[in-house]
Amino acid sequence: MAYVIEGETGDWEIVIGLEVHAQVISKAKLFSGAATEFGAEPNTQVSFVDAGFPGMLPVINEVCVEQAVRTGLGLKAAINERSVFARKNYFYADLPNGYQISQYEQPIVGNGEIVLDMPDGSSRTVGIERLHLEQDAGKSLHDQHATKSFIDLNRAGVALMEIVSKPDLRTPEEAGAYLRKLRSILRYLGSCDGNMEEGSMRCDVNVSVRPVGEAELRTRAEVKNVNSMRFVMQAIEYEARRQIEVYETGGSVVQETRLFDSGKGETRSMRSKEHAHDYRYFPDPDLLPLVLDPAWVEAIKASLPELPDDKKERFVRDWGLTPYDAGVLVAERATADFFETVATGRDAKLAANWVTGDFFAAMNRMGRGIDNPPVSAADLGGLIDLISDNTISGRIAKELFELMIETGKPPAVLVEEKGLRQVTDTGAIDAAIAAVLEKNPDKVAEYKSGKDKLFGFFVGQVMKATQGKANPALVNDILKSRLG
Amino acid sequence: MTTALTDLTIAGALDGLAKGEFTAVELTEAHLRAMEAARGLNAFITETPDLALERARASDSRRRGGQIGSMEGIPIGMKDLFCTEGVRTTAASHILDGFTPPYESTVSANLIKAGAVMLGKTNLDEFAMGSANITSHHGPVVSPWRRRSDPGVDLVPGGSSGGSAAAVAARLAMAATGTDTGGSIRQPASFCGIVGIKPTYGRCSRWGVVAFASSLDQAGPMTRTVRDAAIMLGAMAGHDPKDSTSAPIAVPDFTKALTGEVRGLRIGVPREYRPEGLAPEIAALWDQGIDWLRQAGAVPVEITLPHTRHALATYYIVAPAEASSNLARYDGVRFGLRVEGKTLDELYRKTRGEGFGKEVRRRILIGTYVLSAGYYDAYYAKAQKLRSLIARDFREAFEKVDVILTPTAPSAAFGLGEKTDNPITMYLNDVFTIPTSLAGLPGLSLPAGLSADGLPLGLQLIGRPFDEETVLNVAGVMESAAGFTARPARVEA
Repeated sequence: MAYVIEGETGDWEIVIGLEVHAQVISKAKLFSGAATEFGAEPNTQVSFVDAGFPGMLPVINEVCVEQAVRTGLGLKAAINERSVFARKNYFYADLPNGYQISQYEQPIVGNGEIVLDMPDGSSRTVGIERLHLEQDAGKSLHDQHATKSFIDLNRAGVALMEIVSKPDLRTPEEAGAYLRKLRSILRYLGSCDGNMEEGSMRCDVNVSVRPVGEAELRTRAEVKNVNSMRFVMQAIEYEARRQIEVYETGGSVVQETRLFDSGKGETRSMRSKEHAHDYRYFPDPDLLPLVLDPAWVEAIKASLPELPDDKKERFVRDWGLTPYDAGVLVAERATADFFETVATGRDAKLAANWVTGDFFAAMNRMGRGIDNPPVSAADLGGLIDLISDNTISGRIAKELFELMIETGKPPAVLVEEKGLRQVTDTGAIDAAIAAVLEKNPDKVAEYKSGKDKLFGFFVGQVMKATQGKANPALVNDILKSRLG
Repeated sequence: MTTALTDLTIAGALDGLAKGEFTAVELTEAHLRAMEAARGLNAFITETPDLALERARASDSRRRGGQIGSMEGIPIGMKDLFCTEGVRTTAASHILDGFTPPYESTVSANLIKAGAVMLGKTNLDEFAMGSANITSHHGPVVSPWRRRSDPGVDLVPGGSSGGSAAAVAARLAMAATGTDTGGSIRQPASFCGIVGIKPTYGRCSRWGVVAFASSLDQAGPMTRTVRDAAIMLGAMAGHDPKDSTSAPIAVPDFTKALTGEVRGLRIGVPREYRPEGLAPEIAALWDQGIDWLRQAGAVPVEITLPHTRHALATYYIVAPAEASSNLARYDGVRFGLRVEGKTLDELYRKTRGEGFGKEVRRRILIGTYVLSAGYYDAYYAKAQKLRSLIARDFREAFEKVDVILTPTAPSAAFGLGEKTDNPITMYLNDVFTIPTSLAGLPGLSLPAGLSADGLPLGLQLIGRPFDEETVLNVAGVMESAAGFTARPARVEA
């Protein structure tokens, strides 16, 4: 289904490319030994290298290179055996050297791809243009003093992976799906925690529009530092409509950098191309070209975990799940692991229903994460066992699940304590049915005269009389035979 | 004692110290006195007498304990481009006002480890940019040498390591560190009649050395003899994991290379280094040098280095480009000079405008220009291509010869204030040293004779990558042949 925006002059298509800055998980910075922990006191994680002191030199952190290669492999991308660090020169108070060490013409990772899982269960492949390593800048704090800005260099020099998509995205929803999938892959690989709130994953959005059917790309605007998935989608929508209006009122879109104002939900111009920096990129003479040993890359490849796409495929194939359920379950590696623990040796579809249903609901309700689940995988599995062997009914199971959350006790123990075992004794069910029919002769007559819907009423009454413990299948069978 | 302590070579002093003829403290005191007497040369930006005596005492005590480094107790000057822990480091620039590094450069730390005693920080051209030591914020250095014809004129010591060269020539220090980007060790060594070697790029760590042009900068020793250069280079060199461009190559005992044996060695004589208009006395000295080596059994071979004529232009694109970026960190935000402004941009403008001298500003502008969008390919990219062609010239030449002999500089030292009308005139000083720098090869200048006016003239030996041993050995043979014993006019006895 094509996504179009109806303008005054016709239908428009949006063309979107995303540049994601993903902070590399590493103990030390890209070119110095200083720590990278989030939230430390200002300027406590700064080496002389990070602060750009005279005579200080960068030395590449191998862990960061490994993370970039790992990520590249996870994106099914070409790994460049030779890459070059370049200096991007500009002056700013939180950029101590007056240049950022980045990669320009020769990045460490080339073309790759990401498969998007759309909510309707369909998939779509989006190209990755490149991934390169670069340093983060420090932070300028403008609200600490009336006339001065304060600088915190803790973040200066932390390793980032800039992951650039091809302009393959066409809707805000696809952009959201892209970011979710990218985050999922990064977390599986352990190369970035994907936390947008803490800024460890940041996004610049390139947006252009064109009339449906036009093949050429039009001028794009770059919307900087949009720091949540929701804002990314909002920014795209706003920016596309703005550009369409510009074109439809006879104007032309200028290539520029824009800032997303999340308060107003709009983008505004930061600087136009004419005022754009000339970064004067050139190869950093302090660093030799980065040359990777193919055997080392192979070893990293061999150590990659099963990634979401493969896991999803396996869940569909081996566990018989729907692509949608499988997609939901594999989004987080811990969730997928949780599910597999629950499902192993059990009815996988039932396990999937419980995990994505009552379990996720409880987790959301309680604000818990999969690392601190309201019910352990073993206990949830135990509950499913009790359903499968007819010890409890589905209805009792929901009750039991809430009891498990409240008490933390294993399901089997609770079933005994609370007497929740379902009644499979036909004699007892017989007696209960007889009593219900006896109490409601009028309803029995109505039923017999053709009001079939009353069957459910009788079932309900029997279940009520047995406190829900009667085996529903048995109740159905016996009722049917009694009512003839 | 027949020889003044300040007249000793490092080798001689090590011998005297070993025999207990004098102590490191006495040796240091003698040099501190000489420094005091020669303050008019302005060779030092910062003198560190207390620290020197403290280290000399510690050295004497180590010696008594049998712990003797390769430069144990030897008083040296430290070019003020090396960061020295707790000692003001200026790079001869106003912009580093008040900067005292909390760290010690690898090279100076290696020298401390070898037992050397730092007397002070020597003067230089601002950020090592210059060939006459006249761009220093702390004033020019005066050469201890005098023209016979006109002894009243103050001469330049060469640059950028002019303070180091003057201090060593004037016997204020037994040796000094230098750094060489396009000739900054070799040209002042030639002007001041001493030995200076720029080792192979990657031989000495650049960590803690204020950067000028990262792909060219190399530290090296400045001494009065070839043997001293071999001793000191051994103490300075070595792989440093903190410098990614430092070569993981073991450091040989360079003194062992001084065999005096050069029979059969092929000496390259590049025809491009004899341009029209080369001063006849320089050409004659060069021929003399070739002859000394021939007499010692070496074989002169004429070679060609066809891209030599592009070297100067190439250098004046590559070096300023790197410098424009390397010097961006001097912004008034974290250390050194800050001239306040109402906005960040104004703070930058004022700090950098006042903090950098004219020559540094010129090179930042050139460098910024050649890296700019639209000019990068025409200048920087083309210069990189030429640089590889120049390096290839040398590679091909070294298939035919073992070492190359050339003049070090196109002239003897000139007067303070001369050659300042046009920057190009000054840049031409390095025309013979720059190709070696671009190719990253080791180059040594040794005093080979005097000009008609009684000023020292140097010859340059260029070697294969990491073959400082051959360079030093050939230099030793030439040193013996030259018998250079002339002393500068201004040496306090």
